[in-house]
Amino acid sequence: MDKVLTLIFKEIRDGFRNRWVVMITVVMALLALTLSFLGSAPMGATSISPLAVTVVSLSSLSIFFIPLIALLLAYDSIVGEAERGTLTLLLVYPISRNQIIIGKFIGHLILLSLAILIGYSAAGLAIALSSETHFLEHNWQSFIMLLSSSIILGAVFLSVGYVISAGVKDRSTAAAIAIGVWLVFVLLYDMGLLAILAADSGQIMGAELVKWLMLVNPTDSYRMYNLTSTNETALLSGMTGLSAENKVSDYILGLIMLAWIVAPLSLAGFILKRRVI
Amino acid sequence: MGNIPTIRLENVSKLYGDSFAVKNINFSIAQGECLALVGHNGAGKTTLIKLVLGLLQPSSGELSIMGGSPQDTNFDKLREDIGFLPEQVLFQTNMTGREMLKFYSRLKNAKLNQIDGLFERVDLLAAADNKISTYSKGMRQRLGLAQALIGHPKVLILDEPTSGLDPLSRQTVYSIIDEEKKAGATVFVSSHALTELDNRIDRVAILNKGELVAIDSIENLRRDIGLKSIIRVSAKLQEIETISQNFMSNILKLEANKNQILLACPLDEKPILLKALFQLNLDLSNIEIIDPSLEQVFMKYTLDTENTNEEIAANG
Repeated sequence: MDKVLTLIFKEIRDGFRNRWVVMITVVMALLALTLSFLGSAPMGATSISPLAVTVVSLSSLSIFFIPLIALLLAYDSIVGEAERGTLTLLLVYPISRNQIIIGKFIGHLILLSLAILIGYSAAGLAIALSSETHFLEHNWQSFIMLLSSSIILGAVFLSVGYVISAGVKDRSTAAAIAIGVWLVFVLLYDMGLLAILAADSGQIMGAELVKWLMLVNPTDSYRMYNLTSTNETALLSGMTGLSAENKVSDYILGLIMLAWIVAPLSLAGFILKRRVI
Repeated sequence: MGNIPTIRLENVSKLYGDSFAVKNINFSIAQGECLALVGHNGAGKTTLIKLVLGLLQPSSGELSIMGGSPQDTNFDKLREDIGFLPEQVLFQTNMTGREMLKFYSRLKNAKLNQIDGLFERVDLLAAADNKISTYSKGMRQRLGLAQALIGHPKVLILDEPTSGLDPLSRQTVYSIIDEEKKAGATVFVSSHALTELDNRIDRVAILNKGELVAIDSIENLRRDIGLKSIIRVSAKLQEIETISQNFMSNILKLEANKNQILLACPLDEKPILLKALFQLNLDLSNIEIIDPSLEQVFMKYTLDTENTNEEIAANG
């Protein structure tokens, strides 16, 4: 366990030293602030908490942004060390390949969580403090759910990133695959599903099947979770209709996300064990 | 411990697809012994080292280090006693040397207060707190060596420790090999710089196309392949002529224009020849004795050239 901690600390220090955390935090805060203020402007003075608007806007932003930065953080972690020769050295030390994956994962997740917490909280606080609603009466529940689920979304794509990084021979291939994976998950998958749905026009595939096909994608599970997290957010995102009959319990959504963390992480460990050093 | 081998390989082979990277390797290294592994690029040296370290799994054969198999799950404890310097390692340049050694010391459960001592040994103490990005190639290699010495390893495995280093850095590497040997460590080193290793190693293993073609002390290897010692004598022309008349059968090359004569004789007969030479009581300006170098021994085993002595004569 000491050794895993050593690896975790090293990843965290690396993240700070190459200013990765600072950069991502600033970018996240700026994007979140811009989106939040632009998003809440049209609401005017309604009874809806501006923070709920922020949650809806931010979850749309997160679906694109968080998988991307998680993949960028992870794609290099194994293959980069292999190219530098430090992986060979590390494996001669009394540390197992699974411990290496776990150490990197926790270290990276802490970095990503810091960026998400600081960046989004800055935006959330700014919105809450600048609106006329009493600070404590804001929809903090949705906001906290957004923060925690964003971290989980990050964890999913870190895990996927390690599979790529452990499986390829050079960094450029890893980078290309990471971008491809990102495109598939955040864009192509849903478009494909939509195309199939349109072609099928409900003949073969029932609504139930389509729903589950959609939720297999962790970004869609994340979206569903946040947009239906409270009545307010559901109302804002036009998900109220869905909520009544088709809402999937948070418990199931959580399980889907958890599976998307555990399975790729185990797969990455498995691949690394068989990797020829 | 005495004669218990620290590293032992029995019929170890490694296949990549259909071709052997190394084939039927048998040898053992005793505690406190230094074995040099030599071979051309692609002869299988690095594969063999990776097998010994447990980074690769042998396709067949048995392998043990300090009594354990590197493939066993409980080998981790023994790994704390292994020091390794890879052929090429690029440490993260945004860390300081000290941070790097701390990181590796923690992974090995080694005491952090020995780090200064390690820096001192590789002559890097003054630069310990500088970023690795400011280190020269030699400094980085010495940092790698300090890394290999963490926790007083019982087995030290060095892959090409001196490649691309200046003479001063090379000297540091050699003196550390000496010190570690004296402290009782088993040293397994692969190298191209054969001549420099000559009197620091106990035995040399020659690898050719994945097979072990020879393993013995350098003296025995030299004798076995019948390479000759060369004696280069410089003197006035008259003396040179006298020598050539007396040592007809030993003449390798007569360079009258340089006032030089090259004599060759089997290693064992060197003292006899020198004695006879001195008995002539000539006025000589210089005598140079060239024993076959490890390089020549190596060439003989891997290329099987018949004319190694002549080559030296031609180049010498």
